[in-house]
Amino acid sequence: MKELTYVEALNEALREEMMRDERVFLIGEDIGPYWEGAFKVTKGLAKQFGVERVRDTPISEACIVGAAVGAAMTGMRPVAEIMFGDLLTLAMDQIANQAAKIHYMFGGQLKVPLVIRSPFGAGKSIAAHHSQSLEAWFMHTPGLKVAVPSTAYDAKGLLKTAIRDDDPVMFFEHKLCYTTKSMIPEEEYLIPFGEADVKREGSDVTVFATFWMVHQALKAADKLSKKGIEIEIVDPRTLVPLDKETILDSVRKTGRLLIVEEDCKTCGIGAEIAAIVSEEAFDYLESPIKRIAEPDTPIPFSPVLENYVIPNDEAIVKGVIDLLES
Amino acid sequence: MSMQASKTTGIEKETLVTMYRKMLEIRRFEEKVWHLFGRNLIPGTLHLYIGEEAVAVGVCANLKIDDYITSTHRGHGHCIAKGADLKKTMAEILGKKTGYCKGKGGSMHVADAALGNLGATAVVGSAIPIAVGAALSCQLRGTKQVVACFFGDGASNNGTFHEALNMAAIWRLPVLFVCENNLYAMGTRISNVTAIENIADRASAYGMPGVIVDGNDVIEVYRAAKEAVDRARNGGGPTLIECKTYRHKGHSRFDPAKYRPPDEVEEWMKKDPILRFRNTLIEEGVLTEKQADEIDRQITETVEEAAQFAVKSPYPQPEEALEDVFVKLR
Repeated sequence: MKELTYVEALNEALREEMMRDERVFLIGEDIGPYWEGAFKVTKGLAKQFGVERVRDTPISEACIVGAAVGAAMTGMRPVAEIMFGDLLTLAMDQIANQAAKIHYMFGGQLKVPLVIRSPFGAGKSIAAHHSQSLEAWFMHTPGLKVAVPSTAYDAKGLLKTAIRDDDPVMFFEHKLCYTTKSMIPEEEYLIPFGEADVKREGSDVTVFATFWMVHQALKAADKLSKKGIEIEIVDPRTLVPLDKETILDSVRKTGRLLIVEEDCKTCGIGAEIAAIVSEEAFDYLESPIKRIAEPDTPIPFSPVLENYVIPNDEAIVKGVIDLLES
Repeated sequence: MSMQASKTTGIEKETLVTMYRKMLEIRRFEEKVWHLFGRNLIPGTLHLYIGEEAVAVGVCANLKIDDYITSTHRGHGHCIAKGADLKKTMAEILGKKTGYCKGKGGSMHVADAALGNLGATAVVGSAIPIAVGAALSCQLRGTKQVVACFFGDGASNNGTFHEALNMAAIWRLPVLFVCENNLYAMGTRISNVTAIENIADRASAYGMPGVIVDGNDVIEVYRAAKEAVDRARNGGGPTLIECKTYRHKGHSRFDPAKYRPPDEVEEWMKKDPILRFRNTLIEEGVLTEKQADEIDRQITETVEEAAQFAVKSPYPQPEEALEDVFVKLR
C-alpha cells in the first residue's frame, strides 16, 4: 500500500491504462508537456507517452469532445479533459446529442467508448464560471454514464473502469478532493460501476453524499458520534448506473434520509434520490426526507459569500439533529 | 469533339458508369421516398437530396470501403453514394425493424458502420468535429484511411466548422470538408448571412487548400475530390471543397420553397446534374442512349424492390425502444 493524493491516483490510472492499451489517448487543453493539466492530473504522461497520445488542443471544447467522439467511434479509446466542469457547456451538443445518442440512434451499430474528465466544485474562490457542480444535467441524459469519485482510492479504480467501458462516461472530479489522500494498493484494482460505498456505517440516519460532501459528512459524523448519534454515509460513486439497492437498504435500516449535495437544490441529484426513496421505501421512513443543498444562485466569489452557499459539516450536523427531532 | 478536350479524359469508363448509376440510384430512390411519403407511409419529416447527387457521388467515388463519411439531415444521398443497401435504407426511413438502425434513427439518422458511414446527425454542424476525430483516429492508428465530411452552407456559420477546420489543419488530418452550398439554409439565403461569396475562401484562414467546384458537375467534383483524397492519404492534410449546388425540392417535407425566385429555380433546373452527366456520357461515347435508358430501367426496378421490402417489413416491437441505450449498463 502507498498513500496517494486524488490527483496522483488519477494520474496512475491514466498511466496504467495507457500502458495497457495503446488505443487510449488523452486530448485536452494544456494537458501536454508544458502545463501537464490545470490540476496536474496528466503530469509526466506526455513525457512518457509522447505528444501524439497526450495531445494539447486549441481552446475548442466542442471540437475536443467531438473529435474524441469521432475517434471513439473508429477504434480508439480517448480520454478528453475539459479543464473546468463549467466549460462542458461549450461541448454540450457533442456530449448530449452525439456521444449519448449515437449507440441508440444508429440501432447499436456504433459505440462510443469515450471518457470525458472534468472537475466540478466550489470552495476555491474562483467564482461563477469555475465552481459549478453540474452532474445532474448528465444524469438526466440517457446514454451517459456518470462517475463521481470522492476519494483517491475510488478515483483510481473508477477511472480505470471508465476507460475500459464501451459507453461514454462522464468522469467528474472535485477540485477540493484533489488534495485528499487514500491508501492505494500496489496491485491493480478496478471498481465496478453501480456499486455504492458505505463510507461510514451507522443506524440513526442515512446521509447520501457525493464528492466533497462525503468528506463534510465524515467530519459531521465524528461530531455527531460524540453526541451519541451514528449516521450512515452512502457514497454512490456512480450516478449512472445508480446503486439504488444500497441506498434503499440503508434507508430501510435507519428510517431517515438526509441528502447532501453540492449543487443548487432545484432539480439536483437530491431530488431524484428523494423521489426514488419515496417511491420504493416510503413505508420505512420515520420522518420526511431532508435535503441540504446550495441555494439556487450562481457561485459567488468573495469567500464570505461562497462559504455561505456551500453545505458544510455544521449544516449536516444540524440537518441530522433536525431530522431526528422531527 | 477531340478526345483531348473531352470532359471525361483520364477517368476510367467503369468509374464513370458507376457514378452515373449511383446518381440515378439516389434520384430514383428519393423520388420513391417522396411518393411513399405522399402515401403516408413515412412518419416525420424528409430532406430530399434531389439535385445534389453529383456532390455525394463525385466525392464517394474516390473513397475505399473502409474510408469514413459523416452525413447530415439531408443524408440519403451520402449513404447511397457510400454504397448503402437500398432496402435497409428505405426500411429505416419507414421506421421498420429491418432498417439500418432498427427504426431508431429514421430519415435523418442513417448509419452503416460496416461501410464506414459514421451516420447522419441532424444538428447542423455537429458532425464536423466528429469527422475530425475519425481522421485523428486514422492518423493515430497509422492507417491510410481518409474521412469525407459532408455539410451544408448553413453549417459553415456554426462554431463547430471553425473549431474543426482549425484542428484538422494543425494536425494535418486526412479529412475532406465537403460543403454542399445549395444557397439556402432552410429559408435563409446564404448571401444574407455570410459576408463573403465563397465559403471555400475560409480555408485560407485555417491554412488549408480551398477549392470551389460546380457541384452539379460530377466530373468536376470527382476531380477535385480525387486531388484532396490523394493529398489526405499521403499525409498532406485536409481540404475544404465547396460544391455550388441546388436542391430541387424545398428544405423539408411541406416546404414549397417560395423564398426562391422562380427564374433562379428555372436556371438551376437546367443545370440538373444527372441530365448533364448523361449528355456528357453519350456525347463522349461512354454510353449509348439505349444503355443509359437500360441503366435507368434497372435502377427503377431495384428501387421499387427496396420500397416493397420496406413497406412489407415489420415494425419493431414497441418495447425495443428500451434497447441500445447502452452497450452494457452494468
